[in-house]
Amino acid sequence: MTMLGPYASFIVTSYALVAAVVLILIGWIAIDYRQQRERLRELEASGVTRRSGRQATDIR
Amino acid sequence: MTLIDLANPTKFLSLTARVLPWLAGATAILLLVGFYQAAMAPDDYQHGAVVKIMFIHVPNAWLSMFVWSVMSLAALGTLVWRHPLADVAAKAAAPIGAAFTFLALVTGSLWGRPMWGTYWQWDARLTSVLILFLMYLGLMALWRAVDDPSRAARAAAVLTLVGALNLPIIKFSVDWWNTLHQPASVLRMGGPTLDRAFLIPLLVMALGFSLLFVTLHLAAMRNEILRRRVRSLQMMQASQQAA
Repeated sequence: MTMLGPYASFIVTSYALVAAVVLILIGWIAIDYRQQRERLRELEASGVTRRSGRQATDIR
Repeated sequence: MTLIDLANPTKFLSLTARVLPWLAGATAILLLVGFYQAAMAPDDYQHGAVVKIMFIHVPNAWLSMFVWSVMSLAALGTLVWRHPLADVAAKAAAPIGAAFTFLALVTGSLWGRPMWGTYWQWDARLTSVLILFLMYLGLMALWRAVDDPSRAARAAAVLTLVGALNLPIIKFSVDWWNTLHQPASVLRMGGPTLDRAFLIPLLVMALGFSLLFVTLHLAAMRNEILRRRVRSLQMMQASQQAA
């Protein structure tokens, strides 16, 4: 901290904030992906099928 | 796979499944190198160690405008070509762009306090970026407020194109008005004025954050396609139950 000079708290806060927001974005997108896959699995299990006949969870 | 194949959401999902791990890996490596170079960069003779904030502030500020430019191209895709992935691309990009704009504003404030003596000044650059942030939030609210996805897509596309008028105002605000914010020192006629000791870490960080955007955007687009698949299956289920 001392090597960052008298304004170290401003520098550290900036980097910590960027890291936190990027991690929140990554986490939000990952959780959203899991939720959509789970909903598709539930729909598939209930017997609903896509018009193409492919599995709802097929993304490959 | 040709470019036209990407118009098919299923083919797009297949592509993202293959490229996302590589993109995520390249992003992580570039950002790690960028953060290391930023940590090792010398202090500026005027700004001291506070110059380190520039390495994260500037890439976020560039991306705040770049993401809106991407959304504007997608808006044209929605209104002119009715491309099936255009609205998906715009809707997925908005929260990421809002996050970059938020970070540009906050890191700018944290740089401004020690350098200018104030966190905030209502000058043209800061105010126009704040307007950009509010436009991101407004656009996200619009997508949530309109139930019919095609109506929401058209309204959002029009709003995005109107909002694009703010981009040249942000870029040239430091030239057109007398602002507290410094003029451009990298993307300018005559080349960058930054020393290589600062320019190289800045460009590495900018590339790393740009790759981060591409990675997050593709992942968010994949989620949006799956969300629309869920919606159409739920509607099929409801109509089957009603019949």
